[in-house]
Amino acid sequence: MKFKVNNNEVYASTGGRPFDKKKPLIIFVHGSGLTHMTWVLQTRYFAFHGYNALAIDLPGHGLSGGESLKSIEEMADWVNAVIDAVGHKEASLVGHSQGCLVTIECTARYPDKIKTLSLMGGAGAIPMNPQLLSLAENNDPKAVDLMMDWAHGPAGHFGGHPVPGLYHINTGTMLAKSRTIQNTLGVDFRACDNYKNGFEAAKKVKCPTLSILATDDKMCPVKEGKKLAALIDGSQVDIIDNCGHMMLLEEADRVLTVLKKFITTNYPPLSS
Amino acid sequence: MSDKKKELKPNTYKFDTLSLHAGYQPHKNAGSRQVPIYQTTSYLFDDVDHAAALFNLERGGHIYSRISNPTVGVLEERVASLEGGTAALATSSGMSAIFLAVMTLCEAGDHLVVSSQLYGGTVNLFRLTLPKFGIKCTFVKPRDTEGFKKAIQKNTKGIFGELVGNPGNEIMNMPEIAKIAHEAGIPLMVDATYQTPYLCKPFEHGADIVIHSLTKWMAGHGSSMAGILVEGGKFDWMQNDKFPTMTKPYEGYHGLSFAEEFGPTAFTMKARAEGMRDFGPCLSPQNAWNVLQGIETLSVRMKKHCSNAEEMVKYLMNHESVAWVSHPSVPDHPDHELAKKLLPNGRGSMIAFGIKGGKEAGVAFINNVKLASHLANVGDTRTLVIHPASGTHSQMDEATLKFAGLSHDMIRLSVGIEDIDDIKNDFEVGFRAARKPRLVSNQ
Repeated sequence: MKFKVNNNEVYASTGGRPFDKKKPLIIFVHGSGLTHMTWVLQTRYFAFHGYNALAIDLPGHGLSGGESLKSIEEMADWVNAVIDAVGHKEASLVGHSQGCLVTIECTARYPDKIKTLSLMGGAGAIPMNPQLLSLAENNDPKAVDLMMDWAHGPAGHFGGHPVPGLYHINTGTMLAKSRTIQNTLGVDFRACDNYKNGFEAAKKVKCPTLSILATDDKMCPVKEGKKLAALIDGSQVDIIDNCGHMMLLEEADRVLTVLKKFITTNYPPLSS
Repeated sequence: MSDKKKELKPNTYKFDTLSLHAGYQPHKNAGSRQVPIYQTTSYLFDDVDHAAALFNLERGGHIYSRISNPTVGVLEERVASLEGGTAALATSSGMSAIFLAVMTLCEAGDHLVVSSQLYGGTVNLFRLTLPKFGIKCTFVKPRDTEGFKKAIQKNTKGIFGELVGNPGNEIMNMPEIAKIAHEAGIPLMVDATYQTPYLCKPFEHGADIVIHSLTKWMAGHGSSMAGILVEGGKFDWMQNDKFPTMTKPYEGYHGLSFAEEFGPTAFTMKARAEGMRDFGPCLSPQNAWNVLQGIETLSVRMKKHCSNAEEMVKYLMNHESVAWVSHPSVPDHPDHELAKKLLPNGRGSMIAFGIKGGKEAGVAFINNVKLASHLANVGDTRTLVIHPASGTHSQMDEATLKFAGLSHDMIRLSVGIEDIDDIKNDFEVGFRAARKPRLVSNQ
């Protein structure tokens, strides 16, 4: 579906079901340089089971208009504006990687609106490798290739996509190259590198929180994810073996199973 | 210690490694080092919810082997990885892959621009069969790059061609034709069977959909029929209103829009969800496994195919019984320079040559070679020969043969990986017979 936030058109996948204001809202926030399509193996399930599942394209990404937002704080405010724009008073948030920084900050800023928080491959801070940051800011496609290498675990490098016939790494590469690299990945990496408030924001999170971490995640290692989770009261942690940072594709079924249990328990769907 | 920072390099696996490993994780398959053959029709659902999720494309997995199969899935991922594509869909043959690609793209009333130099079966599909479905085609000679542009109509949905045409070895200027297609907002579909991803990666030159008859060099051993279509992932289906079946809600899947939902894999998802469901040209797991064995040695075999082919080109060019030789490695081949750009790892192992004495000599040659096999296939490990005008393209009339660039003296040679001297010695027997066709036929 398309709607406007701050006068710019926003695209959000609704998981193949029409948007229905009566249903509880879950917003999925993608990682650096990526799009709503990274969530296809999670959103469709929730959309068919009593939720409005909105996988958004951040401004300047995917099918959304406008320019990429330059800070995590701006993105957090923008996610809050999305909730208002679609006519809801509250939402559950799900973030991946950079999307975790955005959703933590949003939850800390708008605690009354956010009912559950799910973090995948999250950390309190994501400092960028200076070379990688420079490549992305200079529009070098090597930045995408490096990100895809590091974002997939050793098993993920062989493929084995849950959807028959899809090859992880090339699909991710194509998503990250679908818009101008320096305007998406470059801006996002800089925003991640600049963001310093993750641990303080985590302390303010009071809603039920889930962290899904992966043993082979090089971008946001398990120890960083655990450090963040320890700051959030009652946070649940689930660790996936033999999996890298792109867990939502590499181990999509496992992620969906854990996410489904957590969200349906803490933020029940509209019963049919 | 040096202050110089180490330059970062991606460590994703390279071609030869992907040929052996892509698409498969042993730890998810009882530790089986070899890809298991999942010889089954169907797959247990965990519960009703799980079944519904699979049918709704809410989660990945297998339902019924007409739609997908784990062994076939490994093959699909492996070929996608080798091509640099986002996704692939394997089919029972190369022809069914072409048909599925067209039916995923087109509806009745649509039009395609098609290269004229194609395998005879493909010509008949586009010329005679697709019009029955309301899909019309305009044929353009592969070297007539401007002709492709002129042939595009309002209802044109794509351009299709064999990168190196069968059997005359004319090469499409893929980068230029891709530009023409993209300026018109339509995709370029390329049959790259002759090249395999070892010799050419069409996505790097602008192609959007790549099709292979895996039966040929990819499987390589003449044992199994298979085809595949591979998606590049760059084509924007939403840029115009030409592809409503990709961009508008699809009734067959609860109003799903393939382009919005699956983006760089939308074409493959639609081909599988609709095409495999409704037409069902599925690949058997046994044949998928056979093809996987072939792909494991693809680069090793292709090097030998190409080196033998170049030796045969030299031999044929200097032979008194040969009127002409067509192979992209020949310096005066009209596409020699283009071939260097598009086929950097070798110019392929298909040679067309004209035999002195015309059709009669050609028949005598074919009937008298002993090592080379006379059959309707290419890309076997063994050397193969055929006389196209009386074999693969025999269903064409005289005018169509001429338009497709075929002549009655043409022999199509698929060079195998035997010892090169044995191939040459065998050809000497054939040429001797060709020089005295009546004498030999009376023996």
